[in-house]
Amino acid sequence: MTDRLAVRKTSKLYLGGAFPRSESGRTYAVTDARGAFLANAAWASRKDARDAVVAARGAFAKWSGATAYNRGQVLYRVAEVMEGRQAQFCEEVAAGEGLSAGRARAVVDAAVDRWVWYAGWTDKLASVLGSANPVAGPFFDFSTPEPTGVVAVLAPQRSSLLGLVSVLAPVLAGGNTAVVVTSRDRPLPAVTLGEVLATSDVPGGVVNLLTGDAGEIGPWLAEHDDVDAIDLTGAPPAQAMELERLAAGSIKRVLRPPAEEPDWSADPGLSRMTPFLETKTVWHPIGL
Amino acid sequence: MANPFEYAPAPESRSIVDVAPSYGLFVDGEFVDGSGETLKTVNPATEEVLSEVAVGTEADVDRAVRAARRAYTRVWGPMRPADRGKYLFRIARILQERAREFAVLESLDNGKPIRESRDVDVPLAAAHFFHHAGWADKLAYAGLGPDPRPHGVAGQVIPWNFPLLMLAWKVAPALATGNTVVLKPAETTPLTALLFAQVCQQADLPPGVVNVVTGAGETGRAVVEHADVDKVAFTGSTEVGRSIARAVAGTRKVLTLELGGKAANIVFDDAPVDQAVEGIVRGIFFNQGHVCCAGSRLLVQESVHDEVIASLQRRIGTLRVGDPLDKNTDIGAINSHQQLERIRELVGIGEAEGAQRWQPACDLPDRGYWFPPTVFTDVSPAHRIARDEVFGPVLSVLTFRTPDEAVAKANNTTYGLSAGVWTEKGSRILAIADRLRAGVVWANTFNQFDPTSPFGGYKQSGYGREGGRQGLAAYLKGASH
Amino acid sequence: MTHVLDPGTLAAGTRPGPGPGTAFDDVTRSDAALRAFLHGLPGVDQVGAEQRAATLGTRSIKTTAKAWAIDTAISMVDLTTLEGADTPGRVRSLAAKARRPDPADPTAPAVAAVCVYGDLAGVAREALAGTGIRVAAVATAFPSGRASREVKLADVRDAVGNGADEIDMVIDRGAFLSGRYLEVFEEIVAVKEACGGAHLKVILETGELVTYDNARRASWLAMLAGADFVKTSTGKISPAATLPVCLVMLEAVRDFRAATGRQVGVKPAGGIRTTKDAVKHLVLVNETVGADWLSPDWFRLGASSLLNDLLLQRQKLRTGHYSGPDHVSVD
Repeated sequence: MTDRLAVRKTSKLYLGGAFPRSESGRTYAVTDARGAFLANAAWASRKDARDAVVAARGAFAKWSGATAYNRGQVLYRVAEVMEGRQAQFCEEVAAGEGLSAGRARAVVDAAVDRWVWYAGWTDKLASVLGSANPVAGPFFDFSTPEPTGVVAVLAPQRSSLLGLVSVLAPVLAGGNTAVVVTSRDRPLPAVTLGEVLATSDVPGGVVNLLTGDAGEIGPWLAEHDDVDAIDLTGAPPAQAMELERLAAGSIKRVLRPPAEEPDWSADPGLSRMTPFLETKTVWHPIGL
Repeated sequence: MANPFEYAPAPESRSIVDVAPSYGLFVDGEFVDGSGETLKTVNPATEEVLSEVAVGTEADVDRAVRAARRAYTRVWGPMRPADRGKYLFRIARILQERAREFAVLESLDNGKPIRESRDVDVPLAAAHFFHHAGWADKLAYAGLGPDPRPHGVAGQVIPWNFPLLMLAWKVAPALATGNTVVLKPAETTPLTALLFAQVCQQADLPPGVVNVVTGAGETGRAVVEHADVDKVAFTGSTEVGRSIARAVAGTRKVLTLELGGKAANIVFDDAPVDQAVEGIVRGIFFNQGHVCCAGSRLLVQESVHDEVIASLQRRIGTLRVGDPLDKNTDIGAINSHQQLERIRELVGIGEAEGAQRWQPACDLPDRGYWFPPTVFTDVSPAHRIARDEVFGPVLSVLTFRTPDEAVAKANNTTYGLSAGVWTEKGSRILAIADRLRAGVVWANTFNQFDPTSPFGGYKQSGYGREGGRQGLAAYLKGASH
Repeated sequence: MTHVLDPGTLAAGTRPGPGPGTAFDDVTRSDAALRAFLHGLPGVDQVGAEQRAATLGTRSIKTTAKAWAIDTAISMVDLTTLEGADTPGRVRSLAAKARRPDPADPTAPAVAAVCVYGDLAGVAREALAGTGIRVAAVATAFPSGRASREVKLADVRDAVGNGADEIDMVIDRGAFLSGRYLEVFEEIVAVKEACGGAHLKVILETGELVTYDNARRASWLAMLAGADFVKTSTGKISPAATLPVCLVMLEAVRDFRAATGRQVGVKPAGGIRTTKDAVKHLVLVNETVGADWLSPDWFRLGASSLLNDLLLQRQKLRTGHYSGPDHVSVD
């Protein structure tokens, strides 16, 4: 131990590629698993959510228009940069989730590996999910998966890093942009992830991280006409049905919450990507 | 000068169709009386009452769902997939054998021209069954997981614009994947679904696998909200789609929606202009414009606007509006009085907003529901007729100057079902198709459909796909498309 | 046969194109200009054109409409014999049939023309004297067109000298396909001049041009050069006349009239054998260019066996029962 006084980090939102405080000026105290104070997190408001949607919409054309190879490299870059911050993530996950150093290390490793896994998916999706359709006529007809658009993600409440990466990375791999409401009580790994994203070639606005309460912000996102889909994984169970109802107003794609928070270490398959992909079918005559 | 080549009436014979004065519900393999009221279904071309059909009550729906559940648990679920497929092949063949009968009945009940019911609706319906029949024992190869399982009982609510075809789009994939079905046809067009029930009987389809419960909105609601329905599939208006999405919120029911549209049909100055004009006509006047994917917004490059509109008007002048059963009719009757009123209202708004209405000289029959082909020019993106789905033979013409402007205007809608692009430049086709936020893009063609080709919308045009490998996913548990 | 349309009936806002005389001179001033013009014409999407033609082919023409169509089709027939074995006797026999197609029914209309090789035009002329039935002769080294310009022009002059009212020439497909458009143009101009008062039908031989884009360009090229008719085929190459190629050519004459005011006729030839085929073509005319073209002055059917089928169908309509081949004359 040195007697140097540590320099603490101010915990902020990650919004449009910048790190603002909440426009509301609100913060809330974050504690570790034993109740000791860790930081004051920004308490995102509905207006922060609104701004995040604008940022995500603005970033959509470029991100969805990037080549799949390029998106794959960017996501892999996230893994690389995260790996370099391993110690910090371990510390935050251990504190927030009350894990041993070894367990925390395993969680962080799995989170990094998840980015790698999804990075490798970007340029496989069209091959796996697309098709050339043998229509009964003189037409070339093909179908390709395309991103749904702006996806609101209510991140898991318990698994603050691996869970977060597990819901965010698949949204990005498909070419969507995201507005994420992080775990309310364990937001600090998400704040650090924002710093990783900001320094790993992910264009500003592609990911927007709002620390705060999914129960408070969720309805605004569910009802927002410019949000195309919502992942309710981290929604308060009592509120999930109401959020789905609100989402119906603009025919959002809804990923319903699991009965209880799943084991995030399991192989996720395609199940978290396909809910946020559309199929576009293009026809063209075949003639001389 | 009067045209010396005036086509004599060429009516298709009605005698092939035997419409009963009244119909019950098709539940558990039999026609049974409903427990509630009846409704009259009319020929929209004449306002003649064709038949009376039962309005299914909650109790009727419950009976149908129970039958479907029993059939799922005891027969259809356990059945060898290859045998399920054989039933579908049988149905496809019977549809082909009785094609003329279906075509005439569809035109009678719906008002669409016999040329379309004969050449499009019925053959495509048979094709859907034929295509999906083959999937029944090959689901493991569909890329939807090694052992994809059906949901169970599918509640399906379909619209009046393509009554038999939409039935086929719903029933064929549901059965191929091992689900059983409770189908609610549209209030104004129940008859071909009831004839289809007879096809199921002829095919010896096990009782309860397909159940048809006729009725109106309340019957549909009962199907959607029934607690033992596992999967809901709906085609219809975005408004009803919203209420269905709300109704299934918080349940375990899986939902797919195929809703409205306001498709842009983009014509560039280097388009193959004669085919583009055909495509515009096919896009908006096919099926009286009662098509969710209709090309209802023509976006034409300013430099060719006058030329395209002149050609279009000349071509529209040759469209033959009238008796749906006449084999030379191009545009039939509007399906219902209610829909006619809706079209009139929006056309009135279009005129009030300052768009220029054009209609060809066109004699409409005295009785029945009719609306002439209509083109609005000088339409601004802010006009209601550029934003609201008219669901009728009404085209709104807007212009653009650059590809970017064309894409921006095309995407400037809450819908995203379909779009068209006309240009001889291949690279431009791919670039525009890439940027259009729509589930189906027809390049140098329009309104083409095929059972192998996934169909469905972006944005508020719904979710889920129908047709192709991707369409199967809607009917399989945990399947990714 | 030039037909100047009332300018008031021209479709408004048609493609801003060259007006009669002046700008067309520009278009044909050089190979490059002609090429630029022809390649600037709107493209034809094959699938769309074929789909449109097929849809029109499903029109159901019954009773009075069918009767009208059959008689009109008969009156549009260029009754044709183009065999190496043709003789004066055969031509005279054909001429007799042309004058009175149905020996048992004088109400059956006469055909439009008899079409023969140039050396037999005189025989046809004599056999058809006073009937109003025209004599058409193929020329310009028909059907291949492979001869020097001088030979072709001599061929034309010979046929006209023998009494042909109409000359059916073939374009140089080799030159067209290799892009020597001006050469093809100049040859048509020369032939037109050699025709004198005879009307000129220009055979594109669309079966060798292959694409609809070429059919449209060749139609325009022929019209610019002064063709009175554009004709699909020699009948010696398959495919000959098809509905979609006829559709494309009808669109071309429609657009040409809109741009210049001059009306040009269309003649599908070869492969039209049944009444059904003929009626489909009339439907195509009716719904593509309208009533203005629904006369033998503007639309012809180049055929031989078609006439007998038209007559059989005509008998069926008249008597109410089916007829048989012994009730029409062998050719």
